[in-house]
Amino acid sequence: MNYIDSSLKVVGTRPLRPDGVDKVTGRALYSADTRAAGMLWGKILRSPHAHARIVKIDTSKAEAMAGVYAVCSAADFPDIPSEEAFVGEGPMNFRDLAQNVMARGKVLYEGHAVAAVAASTPAVADAALAAIEVTYDVLPYVIDVEDAMAADAPVLHDDMFTAGVDPKPTKASNIAKVVKFKKGDVEAGFAAADVIIEDSYTTQPVHQAYIEPHACLATCAADGQVTIHASSQGHFMIRAYTAKLLGMDMSNIRVNPAEIGGGFGGKTLIYIEPVAVKLSQKSGRPVKIQMSREDVFRGTGPTSGASVTVKLGAKKDGTIVAAQTVLKFQAGAFAGSPINPGCMCGFALYDIENIDVLGYDVVSNRPKVAAYRAPGAPIASFAVESLIDDLASKLGMDPLTLRQKNMAKNGTKTHYGPTHQNIGFEQVLAAVQTHPHWKSALPAGQGRGLACGFWFNIGGESTATVHINEDGSVTVATGSPDIGGSRASMGMMVAEVLGVDISMVKATIADTASIGFTHLTGGSRVTFATGMAATQAAEKVVDELKKRAAMIWEIQPDAVEWRDGKAFPAGSNAGGFEPLDLAELALKAARTGGPVNAEVSVNAQGAGAGFGAHICDVSVDKETGHVKIERYTAIQDVGKAIHPSYVEGQIQGGAAQGIGWALSEEYIYSNKGQMDNPGFLDYRCPVASDLPMIEAVLVEVPNPRHPFGVRGVGEVPIVPPMAAVANAIKGATGLRMPDLPMTPPKIRAAFDAAG
Amino acid sequence: MPTVVLSSGSGALHLTGGVTEFEVEATTFRRLVLELEQRFPGLGKQVEEGMAVAIDGEIFQDAYSAQLRPGSEIVLIPKIGGG
Repeated sequence: MNYIDSSLKVVGTRPLRPDGVDKVTGRALYSADTRAAGMLWGKILRSPHAHARIVKIDTSKAEAMAGVYAVCSAADFPDIPSEEAFVGEGPMNFRDLAQNVMARGKVLYEGHAVAAVAASTPAVADAALAAIEVTYDVLPYVIDVEDAMAADAPVLHDDMFTAGVDPKPTKASNIAKVVKFKKGDVEAGFAAADVIIEDSYTTQPVHQAYIEPHACLATCAADGQVTIHASSQGHFMIRAYTAKLLGMDMSNIRVNPAEIGGGFGGKTLIYIEPVAVKLSQKSGRPVKIQMSREDVFRGTGPTSGASVTVKLGAKKDGTIVAAQTVLKFQAGAFAGSPINPGCMCGFALYDIENIDVLGYDVVSNRPKVAAYRAPGAPIASFAVESLIDDLASKLGMDPLTLRQKNMAKNGTKTHYGPTHQNIGFEQVLAAVQTHPHWKSALPAGQGRGLACGFWFNIGGESTATVHINEDGSVTVATGSPDIGGSRASMGMMVAEVLGVDISMVKATIADTASIGFTHLTGGSRVTFATGMAATQAAEKVVDELKKRAAMIWEIQPDAVEWRDGKAFPAGSNAGGFEPLDLAELALKAARTGGPVNAEVSVNAQGAGAGFGAHICDVSVDKETGHVKIERYTAIQDVGKAIHPSYVEGQIQGGAAQGIGWALSEEYIYSNKGQMDNPGFLDYRCPVASDLPMIEAVLVEVPNPRHPFGVRGVGEVPIVPPMAAVANAIKGATGLRMPDLPMTPPKIRAAFDAAG
Repeated sequence: MPTVVLSSGSGALHLTGGVTEFEVEATTFRRLVLELEQRFPGLGKQVEEGMAVAIDGEIFQDAYSAQLRPGSEIVLIPKIGGG
């Protein structure tokens, strides 16, 4: 059933968030809060070298220590063969995943895990790690992407030959893959252009910076059954990858999802769970591993840093007739950066006849990158949206008008192939045009920037169960970890279908043994896909409730109608019965056929693409180079906001993370290839005092493929901020800042260079 | 007969000898995959395991049951994830 044009009573309202009280009172149980009788503390020894051959690992002294119950290294894990797979939220090779969890033969970045211990206390575990003797043959290393692509760069993998080039290379390289996208004839496009503009940009790897470090508790029972408590973006993902890396059957692993303290893509992979399981198997005791913040920075994946060039050609009237970009993405120590979506997103917002995109996936001696909101898109859009702003200046056009002239609409054919349909970019830009922020006069000394963003959004496999409890209250269980308010949105969609107040519906997240497979929470898919499953499950429950009422009234089920949470006879011909509500039907459930519930599994397709536009005002201190965000407005097509407060929160959070990416976040490496700033004091994320209230504006262009019109919202808001801030700085100072982060020293240097 | 376009960024052009556009006799995506594998060995497998398909502008990550119409625009593209 489709509810898009229905009069909605629950969907679109703002009930109190179901996870709020537990989180603000500290009662929410994160994975670090879990304990078990007889539990040991697992700790991981990490490489101090950026690149080295492991000559020998001697664990004998650690194993002999009192209080040490197990020690493991790569020799304790199966040597997984190369097997390409699309795992987590991106391409991955299972051999690489295994070797990222525990180094085998070589360490490829500072922080790479080489061994682990399980001990009675954290202090004993630390002492045991110190007693492990690793002999390294230190090798030359390379950190930055351009350096890694050089012909004389140290090669990380002897068996890596660049894919996507013809003929196939015979010399190993750090360039894992080359990808190309073409539309039309870009050279002819540039030849026809009146104005051509080109620039180069760099972005730094930035971490997802979730508040909660990775943690897990693994228990291996005597019969070999394994239970894992962990927070992640997908407990089915943890089960599948742990089973794969340990050579176990999935049915022997049960994963309980803990409350999650942020993921943003960074918890779509595993790092510690197979290690905890292995230590538990060896010790016969439950083992808990909890990363420190330093571990998180040194051992887990940020998104790529990149080097990007963009060239645009346009007619005098502003029509962009040619666009070209080259993107070089760091993948970290193993292949698999988000180069494909990076190549696909930057120009997806515009209707341009001739496009040429070239992308490189490049390994270097840094932690393997992980997904981060809209992987790849923010990098490409920083460059493209910066250059579009400069093109507007060169043409003497308003930057909004230039974008409106070239914007993608329904029917625009993208450079990666598909034709856009049911998109709301036009409506987003119209909302920019009429917004008071855009129309307001700019205070003296400030600059204003505009930038836009796009993300595909995805659907996929989800399962949801709706139970009518004995008292008529309702439980909805799903397999989707709640990282952005999905318990609220699931409960609200179910309440809407059942016609009851949201207070009657409680949403929960079921473990891997208690509900059908559900793909992880990512790609902005949960409210769309899992919401589709929950809606259909609720509809099945309504059908069943109508049958039960029909049985009680001794009429046909199609003579019963359901509205406002009650069964009614459908007209006077059906009989003059008093309506039956959920509590009354639940009370008679045993007599009418047993418990009332329904489970629905879907593989949801038709996720509608998302578009956003951000307006940013800044002031810049010319003496210090400090940038202050004075006003920020984020406008986005969200399809239909089930719970607008959560949607606004998603948008505000994405914008805040993007502002950090723009202004302050970066990895700083020593001359030994070691990270110098693995903590939040030195890796500077924005805090509340750094930012104004970010105004989120919800544009609702319903996605016709979802019963309530939902389209994903979590990815798009991190795409525009870097260019929005950069364009605002340009407006305030006249300086184009092409290198992120745009820190005070860089801005000061740019002032100095400009004279 | 639907027309299949192999996106230039699909990484699969080596399997088709550089051919980017071809017509396929198929009414469902499943039949399309089988036909692709027969015509260009390895392509059907790659489409199944590592690619998404956009049918008339709508991206399907897994689309066995998706119906194809005569004149449908079918584009094979890299699989898409998220964060």
